[in-house]
Amino acid sequence: MTNEYRHSVSLDRDKCKGCTHCLKRCPVEAIRIRDGKAQINANRCIDCGVCIDVCPNKAKKATSDKLEDLKKFKYTVALPAPSLYGQFDNLDDIDYILQGLLDLGFDEIYEVARAAEVVSGMTRLYLNRKDIEKPVISSACPVIVRLISLRYPYLCENILPIQPPIDLAAARARERALEKNPGLRPEDVGVVFISPCPAKVSYIKNGLGGKKSDIDLVLSMSDVYFDLIGVMKKQLTPEPISRTGMIGVSWASTGGEATAIFNDKYLAADGIENVIRVLEQIDNGNFPYLEFIELNACSGGCVGGMMTVENPYIAKARLQTLKRYLPVSENWDFRDDGENSDIPEKYFSDPVKYAPVSALSSNMSEAMEKMARIQEIHKTLPDIDCGFCGSPTCYCFAEDVVKGNADISECVVMMREKKQKAAKEKNHEDS
Amino acid sequence: MAEAITFHYDVDGENFTSAGNASVQVKRKLRQLGFPPEIIKRVSIAMYEGEINMVIHASGGSADVTVTPEEVRIVLTDHGPGIADVALAMREGYSTAPDNIRSLGFGAGMGLPNMKRYTDTMEIDTEVGRGTTITMTVKVA
Ligand SMILES: Nc1ncnc2c1ncn2[C@@H]1O[C@H](COP(=O)(O)OP(=O)(O)OP(=O)(O)O)[C@@H](O)[C@H]1O
Ligand code: SF4
Ligand SMILES: [Mg+2]
Repeated sequence: MTNEYRHSVSLDRDKCKGCTHCLKRCPVEAIRIRDGKAQINANRCIDCGVCIDVCPNKAKKATSDKLEDLKKFKYTVALPAPSLYGQFDNLDDIDYILQGLLDLGFDEIYEVARAAEVVSGMTRLYLNRKDIEKPVISSACPVIVRLISLRYPYLCENILPIQPPIDLAAARARERALEKNPGLRPEDVGVVFISPCPAKVSYIKNGLGGKKSDIDLVLSMSDVYFDLIGVMKKQLTPEPISRTGMIGVSWASTGGEATAIFNDKYLAADGIENVIRVLEQIDNGNFPYLEFIELNACSGGCVGGMMTVENPYIAKARLQTLKRYLPVSENWDFRDDGENSDIPEKYFSDPVKYAPVSALSSNMSEAMEKMARIQEIHKTLPDIDCGFCGSPTCYCFAEDVVKGNADISECVVMMREKKQKAAKEKNHEDS
Repeated sequence: MAEAITFHYDVDGENFTSAGNASVQVKRKLRQLGFPPEIIKRVSIAMYEGEINMVIHASGGSADVTVTPEEVRIVLTDHGPGIADVALAMREGYSTAPDNIRSLGFGAGMGLPNMKRYTDTMEIDTEVGRGTTITMTVKVA
């Protein structure tokens, strides 16, 4: 089965020393060490960024566009993720950041937090429907959506079928830019997302259900951060640009999206390991009744994204200060006609499809034979999960051997034992 | 024809946080074998309920799963207190789960009825003081 998901997490082979840090921590066992270097299996990778975080040699990197790329467009709109607001010390007004973005060369700003407030409004409406699967699972974190599509066939229909804030923000940003500047053609406008994580970079590069994303460039938040610091120092009083309320800003950390449904039957979890545990339990159907589930791959939520600068908990504390005098929400009116209380069709996204990658074979008896062989081999292995063979666990190694991706002789522990045994026997014969 | 594959799991009665792990493992295996999602769901729910019951009501036990392309058979064995009145235990809403377990969301008395509902056959062999063995099958056809 081909699954051509394009990733933004990649390896710098020169820096990789072939240690086992990433091998051991990858939550979906997508990494192997082959010929002394790490390899990422693209079919399995969910772009969570854990390997970037744990690599002691900084050999994993996330690709993104660069600020210079703005030159490709006549007119650019910045789409800052809400987590950007938590990156700066001693800041009491979001406008300083937004003005900073204009000073860096952007022509206009459209805050993703605004679109998030709209999505919150639509989510509340959606939850009132009688014909939907509960609990509804947030669609905002692309890692979670991809994980569900690879592993949980029954949870696909629980995913909120409404466009996530970045898509909504991008569509609105372009519309607005064209309205304001009648001379521009759509391709003159560059819509630029400032991302907290590689997962969102991949999500955008892959387009939405076959359609090209409305976002033209994705910048890493940490790259933009250092440029921003420079221009923000010089500012006196910024223009009042921000149109975000408390809810939009809250989306940056775990619980923000969930509390905005105004109903206490929700669960909010973060950190990929926790998330997997929660998904397993919901999938088993043994879960107290819930309306909504917010899951974020990163600890603390998007403020913990691999492309952010600040510690997620500090960022969260800062957001609390920033939120204090904001109205609850500034964006909720998404209805074009103002009367119809339904969510307009254009805001729905394509349903998430189940696309498993783990099957051993498309033929079940062949798959069963393979699994029997995996079990046989596994029994002979030391079961200490040392990782020297380049697979994360002994069981995984047995799978790799049967799949033809590894040779049994690569288990050094078993080979050493064999040698020792042979040597002993030889000693016996000699004496 | 492929031979049956068997899986064995010890279900630890001391460690509540690991409860449910065996059924998650089985779910992964069935996915790798390419079983249809519907079958996987039925097996994993039935096994999950039985596994949790062994932890809560019988301080642990073991699970043996036999897989062929035609059916999945789950045998759950424990040496707990046994079930005095099986018909009563099978009733929806009947539960003897203690309060601390209820506060975790268990104890609705839906486990055994769900095991019955999601499987094609289910047999309970139990004796007070000796323990309980529950055998369930899910047919693939
Ligand atoms: N393995 C077992 N050993 C002893 N008693 C059991 C066992 N399994 C179930 N029981 C008894 O049967 C009752 C009903 O079980 P059932 O699984 O239907 O409900 P529950 O476990 O109490 O609650 P729920 O499964 O909804 O969380 C239990 O409360 C318990 O008294
Ligand atoms: S939690 Fe947020 S920052 Fe982390 S991967 Fe998901 S979307 Fe990206
Ligand atoms: Mg039960």
